[in-house]
Amino acid sequence: MVQKLDYLRESPSQTAGPYVHIGCTPNFAGIDIFGGDLGTSMKTGPVQGTEITLKGTVFDGTGTPLRDAMIEIWQPDAAGLFPSLNETRGTPDPNFTGWGRSAGNMDTGEFTFETVKPGAVPFPDGRMQAPHITAWIVARGINIGLHTRIYFEDEADANAIDPILTRLEHQNRIPTLLANKQSDGSYRFDIHLQGPLETIFFDI
Amino acid sequence: MSSHNTPPKSGGFIPRDRVWQPDALTPPYKTSVKRSPQSALLSFPSTLSEETSPVFGHNLIGDLDNDLIHNYAQSGESAIGPRIIVHGRILDENGRGVPGALLEFWQANAGGRYRHKKESYLAALDPNFGGCGRTITGEDGSYEFRTIQPGPYPWPNGMNDWRPAHIHFSIFGHGFAQRLITQMYFEGDPHIKLCPIVGILKTQEAIDALTAPLDMNRTVPMDSRAYKFDMVIRGRRQTYFENRAEGL
Repeated sequence: MVQKLDYLRESPSQTAGPYVHIGCTPNFAGIDIFGGDLGTSMKTGPVQGTEITLKGTVFDGTGTPLRDAMIEIWQPDAAGLFPSLNETRGTPDPNFTGWGRSAGNMDTGEFTFETVKPGAVPFPDGRMQAPHITAWIVARGINIGLHTRIYFEDEADANAIDPILTRLEHQNRIPTLLANKQSDGSYRFDIHLQGPLETIFFDI
Repeated sequence: MSSHNTPPKSGGFIPRDRVWQPDALTPPYKTSVKRSPQSALLSFPSTLSEETSPVFGHNLIGDLDNDLIHNYAQSGESAIGPRIIVHGRILDENGRGVPGALLEFWQANAGGRYRHKKESYLAALDPNFGGCGRTITGEDGSYEFRTIQPGPYPWPNGMNDWRPAHIHFSIFGHGFAQRLITQMYFEGDPHIKLCPIVGILKTQEAIDALTAPLDMNRTVPMDSRAYKFDMVIRGRRQTYFENRAEGL
């Protein structure tokens, strides 16, 4: 016998279920409470950097849009600083929260975030990562929340030397991690849970 | 270099135990079949993007946010059902309480009915029950809220599947990598062992970790029974020897 390691086990995940909006975006679900939903706006005043609109839809393995998902994004400000207690590298933009939460459109499932183009953030070994947004997706039928990253198609030079993107075995799947600029100036990032376009999801 | 008196630094997050956690594809829970990624997840150590998190201050929370009996009720009225207190702590894998964590919770009413336009169960709505609440953990990671015990309800999966009574929890700790949604079940509920969603859990230990015991010591006589429910979110490695850019 050996001594016991006294770590605790992470609580097992369970699906967010069909009514996640009641708990996390109750006003969206028609329950008028708390003075509004958290994460609706990522800006509390004039922000630094380039303001962008990010849109997308989550699709299941049949190509059907999910209309009961919740998507959260987390990102640094335009200078690459996080509005977090754990940020020790400098003072982030005071008018930028870095965090957004969307229930998606009630009819189409399309989510929209009004945010800023993120600055670059270093990898643990000091190399710079390409600008990216971290995303987390939960819904009925998803047993444990899915992490992915939103990189930008128009950051080709930074993407080409990104520590994670360059180590991917299947380079032909990188486009699933790229937000594409649309003719109206917005960025589009669709998420495919399954199929030939399946998004790369992270265990990170 | 660290001296012997320097406390250990926080490293990255301890990798998630994907053997312990449920799989994405669990066919008895039918909706998972077309919503589960088929490719292997891409494993990487956490970076600043996952080790940071937004800040939710205590001033965010209103007086009734953690009282589901009253936070949607008309003045002077209250939600119908068995009155309970749910309390516990948010801990990390190192066993330390997590202060300042945002908890959001939602549930059906005492009849098993959710206040949602897509809900089709014939049980009655309670006009005084909204079904959601939130709180922020104290310095030791503790939390509590007051609610009514939700009822079990039928759901479209098999021909006759019923969910055990449960409360959903969303947990926001100090790093985006800790983000977690789970459900709390009630000790002694015979539906627990019949439920395909509980059934995705791989061991009895995992089911037990989501089952709250009755806690008579926290029960308020002639007022509310109590259930205790601790939750654990990912912890960070503690290390004197973090192999960063400059090496060792």
